[in-house]
Amino acid sequence: MSATTLTPSAPVQAAPRGPSFAERATGFLKACFDGPLNTAITLGCLAVLWFAVPPFWAWAVTNATWNGNAQACREAGGACWAFVREKFWFSIFGLYPFEERWRPATMITILVAMVIASTIRRFWTKWLFLAWAIAAPVMWMLMQGGILGLPYVQTRQWGGLTITGVIAVFGLALGYPLAILLALGRRSELTLVRWFCTAIIECVRGVPLISLLFMAAIMLPLFMPQGVTIDRLVRVLVAYTLFTAAYMAEVVRGGLQAMPKGQYEAADSIGLSYWQKMRLIILPQALTITIPAQVNTFIGLFKDTTLVVVIGVFDFFTTLRAALGDPNWLGFPTEAYLFAAFVYFVLCFAMSRYSQNLEKTLRPESR
Amino acid sequence: MSSTTTAIMPPSRGIIPLPGGTTARGLLIQAGLLAAVIALGWWFWSNAQANMARQGLQFGYGFLDRSAGIPIGESIIPYTPADTYRKALTVGLLNTLRIAIVGIALCTVLGILLGLARLSTNPLLRGLTGGYIEVIRNTPLVLQLVFWHAVILQLPSVRQALNPVPGFFLSQRGVKMPALIADPALYVLLGTLAAGALGWWLLLRRERARQVATGERRSTLAPGLGMLLGLPALGMLAGYVPTVEWPELAGFNFEGGLTLSPEFFALLIGLVVYTSAFIAEIVRAGIQSVHKGQWEAARALGLPPGRIMRLVILPQALRVIIPPLTSQYLNLTKNSSLAVVIGYPDLVSVANTSINQTGQAIEVISIFMAVYLAISLVTSALMNWYNSRVALKER
Repeated sequence: MSATTLTPSAPVQAAPRGPSFAERATGFLKACFDGPLNTAITLGCLAVLWFAVPPFWAWAVTNATWNGNAQACREAGGACWAFVREKFWFSIFGLYPFEERWRPATMITILVAMVIASTIRRFWTKWLFLAWAIAAPVMWMLMQGGILGLPYVQTRQWGGLTITGVIAVFGLALGYPLAILLALGRRSELTLVRWFCTAIIECVRGVPLISLLFMAAIMLPLFMPQGVTIDRLVRVLVAYTLFTAAYMAEVVRGGLQAMPKGQYEAADSIGLSYWQKMRLIILPQALTITIPAQVNTFIGLFKDTTLVVVIGVFDFFTTLRAALGDPNWLGFPTEAYLFAAFVYFVLCFAMSRYSQNLEKTLRPESR
Repeated sequence: MSSTTTAIMPPSRGIIPLPGGTTARGLLIQAGLLAAVIALGWWFWSNAQANMARQGLQFGYGFLDRSAGIPIGESIIPYTPADTYRKALTVGLLNTLRIAIVGIALCTVLGILLGLARLSTNPLLRGLTGGYIEVIRNTPLVLQLVFWHAVILQLPSVRQALNPVPGFFLSQRGVKMPALIADPALYVLLGTLAAGALGWWLLLRRERARQVATGERRSTLAPGLGMLLGLPALGMLAGYVPTVEWPELAGFNFEGGLTLSPEFFALLIGLVVYTSAFIAEIVRAGIQSVHKGQWEAARALGLPPGRIMRLVILPQALRVIIPPLTSQYLNLTKNSSLAVVIGYPDLVSVANTSINQTGQAIEVISIFMAVYLAISLVTSALMNWYNSRVALKER
């Protein structure tokens, strides 16, 4: 519903030939100076742009330093993109051993390939689930090593964009099946099952993610028998998976509720068992119609990976912040934050555009 | 499957009043789940007790009465580090509530303004607002909070504080603004204001009843405004003028006035900017959800634009707006726990320090989880009540 109207300036695809550039330009100007109030608003906007854009341009482009050291940056007075260049690979790989960096690089490549494959509707079959089920452990083993002659690398040394990807992807891969179970459980006829699933969903959604992270970091070791230690990254993943599952479960529940009753009754009438009914009739439809909502939820969850900073895991943003402490490059926080913001923006914006696109193509009348 | 069986044998229900799943298989599954939950809970509990015993700790909330020794930078109620953990956690809770309430009020206003700007007929304003909203919505809140904190710390020092409006000072140490002193005159002012508002409301009700009965419409603006402003003015004329304390530069810091710490200010700006971008999209979608025919019908009736919005469009848009708005309010409250990243002493931050000092992790975490759950439930109950008032009443 929001997709069609979010960008008024986007070309309308349905029209065979849009108005010419000159027509659009005059239309734009007319709308800008239509009446005294609109003219005042236009002038106000122009004033804001006039005061904001030229100084920013001068700082970010004209006076910026792209090569060289901190001294050169300070002399130029503009943005120090040389700092970002210097720390770029550090922000991707963190403290992962230098000579082993090909492993996170390969992992990210697999990850990107899998994500791209998942965006193509032709691949939306059970084989995609299977591919993820195989790819996820492979990526983990590649990162951790200790087998096939790969040196072992502690999760403590993982960092940067790599770990952001690991948390987001593993949280989703582990949380998604759990979400489906929780959503089904919440609509179950079995009272205790329904209460249990509702309690888990509401409790997880009712508290902030960082309290869950604290809980996993501090309480989980307390709940384990003596001598059992759980890796810190695994603890983060437990909290993040629960969080993902609870939020996704509500999206899936929306899809289940949106299914017409006739679908349930038809499945019952041909004698399918509960699981056959869900697996063959209800879930394929309920999951498909909620894909845009799932992508939107995932954008939120992806942004929330930055919260792992509170228990000392060095994700992309925290790694960049750590780079600010380099004594050779003191005093360039703005550049680092802008770079981080840019990376997150590109990723999230791409996802939200994808979801809006899906919303259009998945709408029943366009099929 | 189980529903068909229960439908065939209705008399079997009633012995054990379970609403559903009373078939043998259903009971078996539920019994299995119950057993698993109890077993897991018992296992966790016995492990936790063994682990705590090894650390010389005992489960219990007795530590709440011990002296905390946690220095907390800002507090609404009097607090010293010698106070108990109970008091320290209360201070944290009040700080969370303070940021949540102020934040919700401000982000609603800003969000509505942005949402309306997003719907403006002016393409330049529409485009600028759209770009701004997209940038804010697609970057993590943690990043924005850290950014705002850095911006505030780069403001001039106290002695060169920015002074955009008389009485307001912006510096590295946060914001200084004039404060009203809590004396009888202030209570008189607040009392007369409340009385004026009540009077206006009563007048409005009477006039509305009159309009329904006679069809005659009279404006309540003049007498209403008269009551709202006149009563406090009378109070002031009677000598009850509230004292305003203005901040003044004395030595290296300001004296008097109300202080917003840099952490509070950064957290407030961050939360308000972030949440209002989401609210703007909700408001826009809500107003656009009202069918075009409603505008045309209202215009055909000859209603002026202001009344079209107030009487026709908004009541319908609110139905779409309220539920997602509720979840944004809850998000803001939960996101205020990110205070720990920039060092504002909210509930989670104080609780975290308490855990580190006492080791009573289970107890402290259970406390703040319960508090957040309670806040969530109360907020959604309030908003659901409001929602049921604006919801479509089918007659």
